[in-house]
Amino acid sequence: MNKEGQIRIPSGCAISGIFSRSGSRFDGERIIKSISTMHDRSNGLGGGFAGYGIYPDYKDYYAFHIFYDSTAAKEECEKLLDRRFDIINLSKIPTRKTNRITDEPLIWRYFVTPLPTKLSESQLDEDEFTTRCVIHINTKVPGAYVFSSGKNMGVFKAVGFPEDVGYFYRLEDYEGHCWTAHGRYPTNTPGWWGGAHPFALRDFSIVHNGEISSYDTNRRYIEMFGYRCTLLTDTEVITYIVDFLLRKRGLTLEETAQVIAAPFWSTIEKKPPEEQEILTYLRNTFSSLLITGPFSVLLGFSGGIMALNDRLKLRSMVIGEKDDMVYLASEECAIRVIAPELDRFWSPKGGEPAIFTLNGGENHAD
Amino acid sequence: MQIDYFYPEYEVVRNKEKCTRCGLCVSQCSNHVHSYSEEHRRMITDDAKCVNCHRCVCVCPVGALKITGSNHQFKHNANWSRRTIMEIYSQAETGGVLLSSMGNPKDMPVYWDKILINASQVTNPSIDPLREPMETKVFLGSKPASIERDENGRIRNNLPPHIALDVPILFSAMSYGSISLNAHASLVHAAVDLGTCYNSGEGGLHDDFYRYSANTIIQVASGRFGVHKEYLEAGAAIEIKMGQGAKPGIGGHLPGNKIVGEISKTRMIPEGSDAISPAPHHDIYSIEDLRQLVYSLKEATGYKKPIIVKVAAVHNIASIASGIARSGADIIALDGFRGGTGAAPTRIRDNVGIPIELALASVDERLRQEGIRGNVSLIAGGSIRNSADVVKALALGADAVYIATGALVALGCHLCRGCHSGTCNWGIATQDPALVSRLDPEEGRRRLVNLVSAWTHEIKEMMGGMGINSIEALTGNRLMLRGVGLNAKELEVLGIMHAGE
Amino acid sequence: MNIDAFAFDFQELNKEIKSSGQEELNIDNCMGQRYIGCGLSRGSLRIRGVPGNALGAYLNGADITVHGNAQDSVGDTMNEGKISIHGSCGDTPGYAMRGGKIFIRGNAGYRAGIHMKSYRDKCPVMVIGGSAGSFLGEYQAGGRIIVLGLGSDQPCPVGYFCGTGMHGGKIFLRCGQLPASLPDQVNAKLADDVDLQEIEEDIRQFCAEFDLDRETILDHPFHVLTPNTKNPYRQLYVHC
Repeated sequence: MNKEGQIRIPSGCAISGIFSRSGSRFDGERIIKSISTMHDRSNGLGGGFAGYGIYPDYKDYYAFHIFYDSTAAKEECEKLLDRRFDIINLSKIPTRKTNRITDEPLIWRYFVTPLPTKLSESQLDEDEFTTRCVIHINTKVPGAYVFSSGKNMGVFKAVGFPEDVGYFYRLEDYEGHCWTAHGRYPTNTPGWWGGAHPFALRDFSIVHNGEISSYDTNRRYIEMFGYRCTLLTDTEVITYIVDFLLRKRGLTLEETAQVIAAPFWSTIEKKPPEEQEILTYLRNTFSSLLITGPFSVLLGFSGGIMALNDRLKLRSMVIGEKDDMVYLASEECAIRVIAPELDRFWSPKGGEPAIFTLNGGENHAD
Repeated sequence: MQIDYFYPEYEVVRNKEKCTRCGLCVSQCSNHVHSYSEEHRRMITDDAKCVNCHRCVCVCPVGALKITGSNHQFKHNANWSRRTIMEIYSQAETGGVLLSSMGNPKDMPVYWDKILINASQVTNPSIDPLREPMETKVFLGSKPASIERDENGRIRNNLPPHIALDVPILFSAMSYGSISLNAHASLVHAAVDLGTCYNSGEGGLHDDFYRYSANTIIQVASGRFGVHKEYLEAGAAIEIKMGQGAKPGIGGHLPGNKIVGEISKTRMIPEGSDAISPAPHHDIYSIEDLRQLVYSLKEATGYKKPIIVKVAAVHNIASIASGIARSGADIIALDGFRGGTGAAPTRIRDNVGIPIELALASVDERLRQEGIRGNVSLIAGGSIRNSADVVKALALGADAVYIATGALVALGCHLCRGCHSGTCNWGIATQDPALVSRLDPEEGRRRLVNLVSAWTHEIKEMMGGMGINSIEALTGNRLMLRGVGLNAKELEVLGIMHAGE
Repeated sequence: MNIDAFAFDFQELNKEIKSSGQEELNIDNCMGQRYIGCGLSRGSLRIRGVPGNALGAYLNGADITVHGNAQDSVGDTMNEGKISIHGSCGDTPGYAMRGGKIFIRGNAGYRAGIHMKSYRDKCPVMVIGGSAGSFLGEYQAGGRIIVLGLGSDQPCPVGYFCGTGMHGGKIFLRCGQLPASLPDQVNAKLADDVDLQEIEEDIRQFCAEFDLDRETILDHPFHVLTPNTKNPYRQLYVHC
């Protein structure tokens, strides 16, 4: 059986997110409860979480979460890390045995910062240096896979139902101001942990529901810019697109949404001339990054969270707000189960991003 | 008596019971196949002159005519075909270079026919193109390398010049001279109606068409015919013709006897003067010289028009395209070896160049590997025959396609491959006023608009099936293609998987 | 108005020229900037330094003077106007030139006047004061190319393959001896008074431009080359 990366596997899913606009932190119990309500949207072949604000003591260091198939892979990868990074702390990620999660790889965590000499030699900024290193490990070091690489955030994922994955990783021991979760329904059974969601690159994490029809157009374009789509999943390519547009091209979140879920030409024509010009510009300039087909995504980043549907709104997505809390999910039940009373409950339009930031911060990531 | 070893390829079959001897076939055939013998009081046909263009068959009011292949035979020989033997007879007789028209008719692989298109089932939805929005608008041109903002943080529009098309199909270059004014008029008006562009070809631009500049691509070839300031300004884009799929490495020569009247005026050369386009531009002997010509055209037109560089698909086309993509050109037009022509040496047409499918796939992939695919848009041409070919070309990596033979067929061309004779009975590849008048430009316009509209509907159907509602998400989407009956190398070059994988 | 070109790249310089709105411009310190005067219809440019390739491409009536040498492709596809070069120029001056005049005081490189063509009242003229490289007047379809051979110590001031592919126009060579190998498709003869009349005005202008003595130039045999209409280039084709 081929695993992710050897074959492209479309999958259906459930997604959920919780975000505190004031930055107050809460443990992983609530997000587990939320995602498990949508149990029937996943099939036990992948579940995962991303938590933001969970490593306050190490907030200035990149936190690498790495799966290893073997100790040999671990040794090779650590040698490579050692050459490029100052490793401040390393440990096994604590897990709890459960018979519903089996065949676990070695799961390690490293808090690192690029070696100043290596960084200046590379003529790259810290983020690009780290990105390239992550892509290098994931494509060149057999048996090693970095599945989380952001600062003050972490991804926890496995093959299994999401509630079991949460239990396995002891998420009640982590406190964050933002959590996203994913339950996966892949259309075959690769059984590889790396293929579960969220997919993350540095601070960006994506949970996604749907199957995009523009996949290869998007992939072949983004790979021109140093990214390597090794998993062949939609989530992976969407993460790279977001990283490219936000970080490398300096677009805002709204502009990024206008690229990947661009309005129809007929819609653009109805806008005032100035807006028309910008929308046309973005659609033309980044024509290969338009994502077609059904998708709903939650993009987590250091300063906030963005929800986005495809422009036809072929996937479900609802949002609830209560005081400073924001809840986002594929289904209403996943919100009401943890927040029965809401100040506002709504459903974003297709192609129109819903963006929430910490303390009303700026609408762009980084 | 000298024997010419010749026998007719076709037989004109006349149903004597139906024929009313109205004489229409006589007046309609510019090749003088039909005549009426007063002496014998019957219709006579000279099969030897027939080019099998079907004009007489189509106009015969009583359906009395048909053309069949002659069943006169050589002794069967798989190696020495009838055509091979006949070519030797005529070269032995004349000492001449074999000359043909239209595209390569040889039985070479047509990769389009070995590629299949995907459709959605269950895991994502197909889209109903009749009722839901389905977008086919494309922009052709270079994409900006970076985002610039003004002091208010507003994105600055730093888009290089581009052309916007409502459909990903353009009419490819055919010069006035190689085809008639009425054929040109049909193309230009259809392009206006369809929201796309036609291409003047290298023979300059007729006065009548200057006003359609938004829908016109003007061409600059090695002979620079009709090239002057206003001409350069007259197009939505300027195409530098470096080569043509039907005859890579070969120039063009419109003999002086065809340089008459309006054609002389449009080409801006005296009547009777030969119009020679040498194979190379004699100021382009290297890639940096191309850059010089590209920028001289940009300077002359104030950087307002995208520059297209058209090249024939040849063996090292990927490297060539890479050079062009770094030359300042905005668009590359690739012309495959099955592309048509008004006249080409037969051996060149049939043996030089490579199929557009392979050329396109390798160029698109190379430009991506080098990270410069955004520098240029790609137009693929050289025998796009139907809407499925268009979809496959786009999925392989083209932004749009050029059609020409298909457009001429829509105008009534029957692919008799006799364009070089100048006696086209359908009023297309001729300058004889009586023949030209047979092509009604309004009717031609209607037929071209119909053709491209029908293809566009079909493209939308196929896109809908794939769950794609915007054409830009189809460009380069090779996962939507699978090969059948192709070997591993062919699949590798095409960058697609085999069906079932 | 003076423009110091030194700090400008070609795009900036040409923008400066176009936007100046001045009839007369002096451009100093030129150093390889291409396309100067590209498509210009009016006014005059005086250039000092080395103008880059494709000087006066698509020129449409303006007057360009270069006080020094020019590089390749001077007057590419020029339609009208005048280009005077006080020094020499590189390859392919006057490519596909349809009208106007190019005066080169010194020598021209390879393929001068290639594809030159005339049309209606337009008759392009190129006068080369010194000598010209090989392939002079290749594919020439119209107009006049005049090579004076001033300062040349060769018996004939042109290189090899002169007039190859020529099918219109005339080439005048100021020399007593013809080029070594003229193609069969070209006729050559000693210019008579009628022929010389045709270039009298060109020579007068050339001499005025560069302050040369007309009499000295004309007091010398000229040969005139024309296409041999009885023996054109012909590929024999047979339809199949």
